[in-house]
Amino acid sequence: MKFQKKIAQTQQTIPTASLPDIIFMLLIFFMVTTVLREVDVQVQYTLPEAVALEKIDNKRLLSYIWIGKDERIQIDDSILPVGAISDIAYQKRMNNPNIIMSLRIDKGSRMGIVSDVQQELRRADALRINYSALVKM
Amino acid sequence: MFRKRKKPPVEIPTSSMADISFLLLLFFLVTTTIDIDTGIDLVLPPWVDNAEQVQVKSDNIANLLVNEVGDVLLDEKIIGIPQIKPEIIARIKANPKLIISYKTVRDTPYNIYISVMDQLKLAYRALRDEYSKEKFGVPAEEATEEQIQEIRKAIPQRISLAEPTQAEG
Repeated sequence: MKFQKKIAQTQQTIPTASLPDIIFMLLIFFMVTTVLREVDVQVQYTLPEAVALEKIDNKRLLSYIWIGKDERIQIDDSILPVGAISDIAYQKRMNNPNIIMSLRIDKGSRMGIVSDVQQELRRADALRINYSALVKM
Repeated sequence: MFRKRKKPPVEIPTSSMADISFLLLLFFLVTTTIDIDTGIDLVLPPWVDNAEQVQVKSDNIANLLVNEVGDVLLDEKIIGIPQIKPEIIARIKANPKLIISYKTVRDTPYNIYISVMDQLKLAYRALRDEYSKEKFGVPAEEATEEQIQEIRKAIPQRISLAEPTQAEG
């Protein structure tokens, strides 16, 4: 008796015709979610930790202020003196009335400078702030 | 006679389409940052030139004071940071109109300020959660938008930030 090798009747190839479509879907997802133009942070900082944190869903509302270990203040791409904050914050608020200023402050900073920045923000009427913090484990 | 020459079928090769879109996909995959910002929300009081002194009954104020080494005083009594939450919850329950006046000195470390603020937020969160469970039967996180508005109205966050003073001595 002869053994005959069975050959599967089904097609052996995976259909690849829809591959570009799938890739395009993924591509569009990432294109939509990407926020380009990240600034280079020029100051060194470690965020404090907290428990009662709120998530900010809408990144487009955010504008960051960094305060580093050496108490230098950075907004967007430049290091600024405290007195210049209110003008910039005011302009940002004119462009986007719902702006949230996210304060990314080094945990070793003193309250003096934090308060100075807050006073500047109050003067610019940019009142919604968010103290950036990490989740405490 | 002129006879039309048969043209070969015109086709754009699409076999490399997948490769091109893969390249684009990789680019966006690499540049995307998915991490979500987390932090403590706060609304600053509006700027007024001549700050009017608003008189508040001293019963309705809880004075929270933090010095430059991180000792916390709640109404003249020293208190550990983890005890702030239960203490504040008890005091707000006793007096719903309580305003927390939070004051630091210019040399207070920022992370102490944040951990005290964290305690205050936790206290308010616990109170709102309790209210929500009592009134709507769901924890505050699962409440609908209107319910959240109502909870906020019922238990407003009354945190007053005083300007830090220069430490004496």
